[in-house]
Amino acid sequence: MSPPTLEVRNLRTHFFTRAGVVKAVDDVSFTVARGKVLGLVGESGSGKTVTGFSILGLVDAPGRIAGGRILFQGQDLVGLPDAAMRRLRGNRIAMIFQDPMMTLNPVLRIDTQMIETVQAHQKVSREEARQRARDALGQVGIPSPDERLRAYPHQFSGGMRQRVAIAIALLHKPDLIVADEPTTALDVTIQGQILAEAQKLCAQSGTALIWITHDLSVVAGLADDIAVMYAGKVVEQGPVEQVLDAPLHPYTLGLIGSVPSRNRRGEPLRQIPGMTPSMLNLPAGCAFRARCPRAEARCAEPPPMAEHAPGRLARCIHPHGEALAA
Amino acid sequence: MSDLMDPPRAAAQAAAPIIELRGLSKRFASRLDIAARLAKRLGARVREDAVHAVDGVDLSIRKGEVVGLVGESGCGKSTLGRMVAGILPPSEGTVLWRGQDLRGLSGAASREAKLRTQMIFQDPYASLNPRLKVQEIVGEAPLVHGLVTRAGVDSYVDDQLRRAGLDPTLKKRYPHQFSGGQRQRIGIARALAVQPDFLVCDEAVAALDVSIQAQILNLFMKLRMELDLTYLFISHDLGVVEHLSDRVVIMYLGRAVEEAPAEEVFRHPNHPYTRALLAEVPRIEARKRAFAGVKGEIPSPLAPPSGCHFHPRCPLAFDRCRAERPALREVAPGHRSACHLNEAT
Repeated sequence: MSPPTLEVRNLRTHFFTRAGVVKAVDDVSFTVARGKVLGLVGESGSGKTVTGFSILGLVDAPGRIAGGRILFQGQDLVGLPDAAMRRLRGNRIAMIFQDPMMTLNPVLRIDTQMIETVQAHQKVSREEARQRARDALGQVGIPSPDERLRAYPHQFSGGMRQRVAIAIALLHKPDLIVADEPTTALDVTIQGQILAEAQKLCAQSGTALIWITHDLSVVAGLADDIAVMYAGKVVEQGPVEQVLDAPLHPYTLGLIGSVPSRNRRGEPLRQIPGMTPSMLNLPAGCAFRARCPRAEARCAEPPPMAEHAPGRLARCIHPHGEALAA
Repeated sequence: MSDLMDPPRAAAQAAAPIIELRGLSKRFASRLDIAARLAKRLGARVREDAVHAVDGVDLSIRKGEVVGLVGESGCGKSTLGRMVAGILPPSEGTVLWRGQDLRGLSGAASREAKLRTQMIFQDPYASLNPRLKVQEIVGEAPLVHGLVTRAGVDSYVDDQLRRAGLDPTLKKRYPHQFSGGQRQRIGIARALAVQPDFLVCDEAVAALDVSIQAQILNLFMKLRMELDLTYLFISHDLGVVEHLSDRVVIMYLGRAVEEAPAEEVFRHPNHPYTRALLAEVPRIEARKRAFAGVKGEIPSPLAPPSGCHFHPRCPLAFDRCRAERPALREVAPGHRSACHLNEAT
């Protein structure tokens, strides 16, 4: 059997600041197979974006990958020379950012940017590159792609810009796409369109997708597997229906309880008390301990990641056992 | 205030709407620059671009009610909220506060009306003065308006902070020393410090993390019970609105397209736009669902489509929708919808 598209093993990405070492990603492991969608869920500061950046080799000083392996189709990306990484990035691995203007250059026409992307990785004529760019725009549902190619980014609406960014990510039919909150800034009806494109893409071309988001409702309908991050660590992971219907970690349980649609109208939401701890001085042991209703003395020891079933893991010493009432 | 009034008047006011909007519109026009004005004088065809941000909205909010105002970006929901709060003057139409036209009020009465309507903003980073301490942010307005004496302001601020779920010992700090959720609590404490009875919350939880959002929503519900508040809750998040509201108004491109009690609108949506919107909401209960997406984009408010604004995206549109603006009509008790299809049957 060929290796999975992506296998992340014990990844540690730390930022060495004057105030101390920030362990933004601390011992994160997961696997994404061909054509599958992994939902990487967490709140701000949980390390989900830094995980995505680490895979693409985009972590800048003072941050660096302090340990672990990132195996892309069996090849370790950690420590890969810059030139080799550039050959992969934008070609076999692509990223979609929350703000499409991170991808797009505001002073260049769309066609210039797309042709440049095609020619960066393949020796093709300008005409053929333009043809590829046009097809990609059509694929993400942009009407009259020939005319739109000649437009500048500011002439597009937010949803259309995000589509262009997705089209650029698709140009080389990558094997892996890391999408960092790509629909958070978009309206509900536009978000639905983008999610539809993402689903079609994985089903048709076998692209593996990592969908980073804070919104459990989005990944509930999209992902095959979920990994929930808290304070730099994955606290729970497994198939989407198992994680959402029978969560093991108290944090996951709290997150699900915080979603308004799961609660009865007008009744108080089951909130998580307190707030996310500062990454600079994390408490020893379980980082969720201070907010956890089930915390006890043993939680001051770092809890190990325990496997409850094949592919079903949680980092808690007293996991929640029962299924949630619908 | 109500306990100061004689009982019959109090009873009449309980039934009367606290805020009523009649044909409220807001147009934003771009002023022509000097070159364009010159060109116009010389006979060139130069027109002022006017955005009809809010276009003839009628709405009444009764005392103690929570009205959810839903719509996508650019639909005019924030502009409407600002007009209700008295921050923006309307271009046409009237805002009635307890039955009185806001524009016709004298100085003192107008101040009173504005004080009793407060607003909570989306961005807890931009809506607090970074150079003021929390005690100044919360204490300034009640002091200026004579709600407390200078001697009593300290303990008054403590009470306000405690009510919003903040530790009063932190009141000597500046906004940047707080997290997003705490800043939103400061914004709430500031709004409540002048003892309003009506709050306009404009995307008040949109910038917050899920777990913090739940805390703030719970705070809103608790305050409503304790202080008998009325809310206009503006949000693009249908889940939040469904949870909190008694009544929901859906807006599309400046117009109210549907209005109904919350349960009714989520169970029996009438307008095709509402139905599309509800179908697209990601739900945590859904597993591996197929997303479809409403076709097309939200049109530019600079050049809205003719007739019903939704017709270019509507799967059920027919000739009349392109020509004639549909009026809000009652389709069930308390449920109004602006769609020509309701008359065809």
